[in-house]
Amino acid sequence: MKKTIQFTFNNKPTTLEVEDNQTLLWVIRTSLNMTGTKYGCGFGHCGSCTVLVDKEPTRTCLTMADFVEGKNVLTIEGLARNGELHPVQKAFVEHDALQCGFCTPGMIVNAIGLLYRNPEPTRQEIIDGMHENLCRCGSYGRILDAIQSASKEMKGGKWL
Amino acid sequence: MATRNYLKIDFKDIKTYVNPGRRKFLKRLGGGILIICSVGDFSSLHAEILQSRPMPTDLNVYLRIREDGKVELYTGKIEMGQGVNTSLAQMLAEELDVNLDDVVMIMGDTDLCPWDMGTFGSMTTRFFGPPLRAAGAEARAVLLKLASEKLKVPLERLVVYEGMVQDRENKEIKVSYASLTKGQQIVEKLKDKPPLKKPEDFRIIGKPVFRQDSTLKVTGEALYAGDIRLPGMLSARILRPPAHGAGLLGLDTSALESFGDVVVVNEKDLFAVLHPNPERAHQALSRVKAEWKVPDPEVNDRTIFEYLVNKAGEGSTVDREGDLTTGMNASSEVVEEKYLNAYVAHAPMEPHAATAEFENGKLRIWASTQTPFRLQETAAGLLDLPVESVRVMQNFVGGGFGGKSNNQQALEAARLARITGKPVQLIWTRKEEFFYDTFRPAAVVKIRSGLDNEGRISFWDYKVYAAGERGSRHFYDIPHHQTVAYGEWGGSSGIHPFAVGPWRAPANNTNTFARESHIDMLAHKAGMDPFDFRLKNLKDPKMIRVLEAVGGKFGYRPDRFPSRRGFGMACGIDAGTYVALMAEVEVDQSTGKIKVRRVACAQDMGLVINPQGALIQMEGCIIMGLGYALSEEIRFDGGKIHNQNFDDYEFTKFSWIPEIQPVFIDAPEEPAQGGGEPSIICMGAVIANAVFDAVGSRIFQLPLTPERVLAAMNG
Repeated sequence: MKKTIQFTFNNKPTTLEVEDNQTLLWVIRTSLNMTGTKYGCGFGHCGSCTVLVDKEPTRTCLTMADFVEGKNVLTIEGLARNGELHPVQKAFVEHDALQCGFCTPGMIVNAIGLLYRNPEPTRQEIIDGMHENLCRCGSYGRILDAIQSASKEMKGGKWL
Repeated sequence: MATRNYLKIDFKDIKTYVNPGRRKFLKRLGGGILIICSVGDFSSLHAEILQSRPMPTDLNVYLRIREDGKVELYTGKIEMGQGVNTSLAQMLAEELDVNLDDVVMIMGDTDLCPWDMGTFGSMTTRFFGPPLRAAGAEARAVLLKLASEKLKVPLERLVVYEGMVQDRENKEIKVSYASLTKGQQIVEKLKDKPPLKKPEDFRIIGKPVFRQDSTLKVTGEALYAGDIRLPGMLSARILRPPAHGAGLLGLDTSALESFGDVVVVNEKDLFAVLHPNPERAHQALSRVKAEWKVPDPEVNDRTIFEYLVNKAGEGSTVDREGDLTTGMNASSEVVEEKYLNAYVAHAPMEPHAATAEFENGKLRIWASTQTPFRLQETAAGLLDLPVESVRVMQNFVGGGFGGKSNNQQALEAARLARITGKPVQLIWTRKEEFFYDTFRPAAVVKIRSGLDNEGRISFWDYKVYAAGERGSRHFYDIPHHQTVAYGEWGGSSGIHPFAVGPWRAPANNTNTFARESHIDMLAHKAGMDPFDFRLKNLKDPKMIRVLEAVGGKFGYRPDRFPSRRGFGMACGIDAGTYVALMAEVEVDQSTGKIKVRRVACAQDMGLVINPQGALIQMEGCIIMGLGYALSEEIRFDGGKIHNQNFDDYEFTKFSWIPEIQPVFIDAPEEPAQGGGEPSIICMGAVIANAVFDAVGSRIFQLPLTPERVLAAMNG
């Protein structure tokens, strides 16, 4: 069954026709043509498909598309403002916190969600908040450093 | 001297051929200066390598100095996270004297780039680096010649800085590379090869440079093979057997009749359902009822080790010296042990993906692959097309680690594109990814060795089964020794119950775990500290240097052994690089859980092109290596693979990571060696040895699971 949903997608009001059993992941990747949100496992174990739904990090592979009706969806492509990278994106670049880059969008989005909830996390709180995002290349240490330095940069709620 | 340790690779299956349509290629490029070099041009650079192993002779390098001054570097290598898009650009910018930002990398496109065997074996820097640097030096010489003519200044008075050629006596007399190349199309090949720069003149090589692709990757713009979107494209789902070796008995597709607009492909070995929406294809496939005959399991993850030893057949001698019986007679102690390791998955975050389309009889494939040219050739063979009618186009690869060399997914997508006449995208599910992975082989190592009264190793009898010989050759000073490798490991026709293949530093993880665990056993038997024992039994100065370097960084002080401090060490050689690691662990004696607190690593890789990239590879090796050391293990019964996703195949997570203490040996005069693999080889042994030092019990099987730790502690 098809239905029409309305939501804000990367800061733009969006109306979309979706099947009732479609996941948000494939709607974003196919109907909306935004491929920065990745399929990694399909069961919410790896975090590569994470986006923000009303500022909450959300595994799109486990989320039905109609869940976002009336909500605000932000993907990796929607983070930069006027060509300026989000401080978390910038920190990933400045810490060389990535290798193959496939987990990177999910890591960044999840980290931003974490910083919404807790703008000045301790290192342990970052570890706990990022724990279910997987990276196979071994960039974890640099990702932790990047998130920590971004949180300092964002002090006072800049970008949040 | 280190060439003996290079990865053995069989090139027989790789047909070399010259890139077709060279003329067309030149035309497409337009103006500028094109430099073409091949390995054959640099035999002096490669004498050492060529003597030790066969090398393809047409490993070409193309570079083009564009009219806008940018320099295009064409290479068949691919970027999968290891950072060669940055280090190769550094090498070229150095020799050519241009700004690093002016180098444009064009990688892995079979229409544009020179043939290449593939990106694996830590070979990009070692083997592609020297001809690339030579090409850069040659291009610089060509440009200087042109500048000399244009400026009417003798060659010896010219200097170059960031792409600007100047008269050293009058800096106002100058011309840029860009204006020299304007309107020209020159294909140059110099008779007298200019020399490479000396390390003391380096301005870009040896300086830490951050990744050049970060911005693309943090914005989601970086495209991977499954991110290609083509008009009219279908997504495919393929029917898979429940176990390797299963045969299809019957198929009931009646439920698809009411499903609507799916495309069904049913050929003898390929049943697929396709739909523009990948989830519709998935749902359609799940309605298909298939009946399979699954053969009775002959072997499982518990019985595999005995099975492999029995099946291995005759061995081949890797190394041999002296006489084992003489050595045994001179021994006061004999230590004999067996070391085991499980099958391990590559598990890159990006599952295998491919997008394929036919246009005017020509096939284009975007694939996550470490071997684009091999894919081009096999796709052409499979579909009966001329090789030049297949173009493999490269995107970023989301991790490979040796596992993206077979191209099964790309060949499937290409077949489906031909059959349906539509562009087809195939992204393997995580379950398919585990099922079709070419695992790191399970393996057995048997070592019998002896000690004399003075704490010296008197003989060494080493047998490795089913893993391969890379890293099996020891480097200790042992008068009587023999190393034999048994059983095939590559491909699908070997002794393993399913396909296995190269996994980051193939065979060396197995061999280093066994050897370095056993060295600690001998140290213990000799009543010596393992650091002192190694130094006593080593004579290779490079190995002594890395071991002492890591000891210094770690702050190691020899003690009684086991010391209960939880300190471990291990050494090894891989891809020409020497490594020594030390680790500190904590073992929870009630649960058997190991926490690795810190890892120090000293590495001698000769000339370090990009210290930042080398450091990141070292960190990556240590962090990834924790997984195979502590938890990674494929469970199976016969051809049925039980691991299907990340919840039943655990690898390193954020909370596991140790403090990392890196040391790089400064050796800029030595040739650059591999950096993507070496430091992973010691991870099994360094942790097993640290666990022994902590609790006094040794574990002989990887991974070092809590159950195995408890079992070892309880005798």
